[in-house]
Amino acid sequence: MARAAVATRGTSSKLTRVLGLLALAGIVTTFALGLSLPRTVEQHEYSRLIAIHPALAEVAYLALGVVSLASLLYLVRRTRSRLWDLLAGASAEIAAVFLALTLVTGSIWGRPTWGVWWAWDARLTLTAILLAVDLGYLALRRVPAEIEARSVRSAVLGVILPALIIVDHFAVDWWRSLHQDSSLEDAKDNLGTPFLVAMFVGFAAFTLLYAWLLVHRFRLEQLEERLEDEGLAVALAERQAEATTDRPRPPVRPELAEGARP
Amino acid sequence: MWRDAALVAGKDLRIEGRSRVTTNQVAPFAILVLVLFAFALDPDRGVLVKAAAGLFWIAVLFSSLLAVQRSFAVEATDGARDGLRLSGLDPAGIFLGKAAAVAVQLLALEVLLGVGVVVLYGADLHGPLLLVMTCLVSTVGLAAAGVVYGVLAAGLKVRETLLPLLTLPALAPVLLAATRAWETALGQGVDSGWKWVQLLAVFAVIYVVAGVLGFGPLLEEA
Amino acid sequence: MPGPPGSVVGVSMAAALRFRSAVALLGRFPALAGVDLDVAAGEIVLLQGPNGAGKTSLLRACAGLLPVVDGVAEVLGHDLRLDRRSVRRSVGLLGHATFLYDDLSVIDNIRFAVKASGAGDGRLAEAMAVLGLDGRLRGVPVSRLSAGQRRRVALAVIVARAPELWLLDEPHAGLDTDSRDVLDAVVRDAAASGATIVLASHEHERATALAGRTVTIAGGRIVDDTKPVAVVAPSDPAVAAPPEEAPAAPAAVADVARSEVVHVA
Repeated sequence: MARAAVATRGTSSKLTRVLGLLALAGIVTTFALGLSLPRTVEQHEYSRLIAIHPALAEVAYLALGVVSLASLLYLVRRTRSRLWDLLAGASAEIAAVFLALTLVTGSIWGRPTWGVWWAWDARLTLTAILLAVDLGYLALRRVPAEIEARSVRSAVLGVILPALIIVDHFAVDWWRSLHQDSSLEDAKDNLGTPFLVAMFVGFAAFTLLYAWLLVHRFRLEQLEERLEDEGLAVALAERQAEATTDRPRPPVRPELAEGARP
Repeated sequence: MWRDAALVAGKDLRIEGRSRVTTNQVAPFAILVLVLFAFALDPDRGVLVKAAAGLFWIAVLFSSLLAVQRSFAVEATDGARDGLRLSGLDPAGIFLGKAAAVAVQLLALEVLLGVGVVVLYGADLHGPLLLVMTCLVSTVGLAAAGVVYGVLAAGLKVRETLLPLLTLPALAPVLLAATRAWETALGQGVDSGWKWVQLLAVFAVIYVVAGVLGFGPLLEEA
Repeated sequence: MPGPPGSVVGVSMAAALRFRSAVALLGRFPALAGVDLDVAAGEIVLLQGPNGAGKTSLLRACAGLLPVVDGVAEVLGHDLRLDRRSVRRSVGLLGHATFLYDDLSVIDNIRFAVKASGAGDGRLAEAMAVLGLDGRLRGVPVSRLSAGQRRRVALAVIVARAPELWLLDEPHAGLDTDSRDVLDAVVRDAAASGATIVLASHEHERATALAGRTVTIAGGRIVDDTKPVAVVAPSDPAVAAPPEEAPAAPAAVADVARSEVVHVA
């Protein structure tokens, strides 16, 4: 029953403060750059989304990658530790948020090109499938069951993820290529340097944001686990005391105690 | 491992033979799905024929959910899960056996549904080799994936609702690929169906490996 | 007399069960909270204690179903903390659940269980005959049997498999008198062939007549034992081996009569 060293006053620390400030600075810069980008003819304002949409997608995939890696480390006996399980769970939650944001920004971005809110673009469809898979993973983690049972099941699912992503990617890609629809990718092709700069700054900023969120969420989970661990010593003592306290006490029969009744 | 797999597959199929759940409940359900599609889409405007491949595979997908649910419901009676653990059977063998039994049932259902699609929708089946290969490879993938997700959800109180939530997104690529392959076989596709069959094969391999490696730990932890 | 350290002193001295401060958790609840127990091969041990004391948990731990997270737990030479699975082929558990498939017939169930455990078909017919299952009941689906009949089928599985360690959780419950006699006979035969039997039971008379030793468990720990000097492998320096003696029947009966009084260690 190893205990992780955790800050006892909330989940902040020097690390998170530094990360947080950098992330904040990065995001502010990203938005500034994004808003300062010139409009393109086809897409008007929306092309500025290049600053954040690809970054959101990148972070989502990064988060899923962390889930897979942590799940693998948990399953391998030599490196098995509660930490990996908690990390996977924390990262999966953040992945869900970023996947959803990717879908929303992608949909907004696609509207001027397609005229509708959703047109089954290959990338976005893949993102949608992954979001569904991620939600399933999170549902699995919340099911009432023994901790170890839940952790192993989630970990197995987590390890399958990369293979799923690859297969799904090809399936969806080939599917859409049959129809030669324009995709968001095409929309990004003919943009100049300022756009690319904004995109990369966006990558960096949101990755920092992810790291900050991950550390906080992970520590929160650790604190919860620690709370439960400390209950074990109490439970052991109570259990042993059962021998004397929890016995049924048969009722005393009054007619025996007070003599026979007429 | 193979001996244990054969033993478990035999046991599951024998149980099916006695209880006839697949033949009495899942098969009518599958046909019912086809009929309901006809109600939803207009049979007279050729929509059904054009969509026949996709509708077929959706019906197969839903039926596979039921087949997997049934496969694990059998193990849920009176501590049978503990019984499996105590039995001394190799968990990888149990996985292969269960997946094989589900696959056999699915193949039977696919034959039935194939007939249904021809009769009810007027679909025209060319390319028999492609049709059959697609069915075989997809079925292996569906069965393997179904049993993997089945054991992930098994023994949990919310099993019935969790299983579809986990399985359907994961089976999406099978639906995609199998439908495209069948469209080619039905004369509607534009490309060779064989690359889709390859993708289906990759899918099947992934889940068979996942099941063989993962079934042990999953069966163990409660 | 114990032999020199490290030597094998004969099969009868081999420890079937060896627990030292074993802790086993059900979720966060410590079902076993520090169990110390030694059982030699060939012994018949009665496990008694109040409801919720940990009898079922101890049996399940011996079968490798319940993970032991602290202390020492060795069953038939297998270290349960390293690998819970390998011991299962050598163990037969008769629990509250019967592990039978409802849709299959009696003979199909028994045959499946026997084949699955890798045991041969040899004792199958005999086991079924002894438990009265080879007549009309043979081909009946288990779902149509009464609870007592299902228990008999589960018992037949264990008899046919003939494992080294028998773990019986309230085996007499639900059985009629004839079946109870059969159970007792079967248990005695198994012990005579060298199997170790641990049974948890509230049936004092029958169980103490059967068992040579009574162990009381409460609050997840062993609190009383009619044969407290442990029989251990000679390499364990902590305890000397006891002299061979006949099962202490009078002391066991006296213990049972006093079962309301619990000695807390």
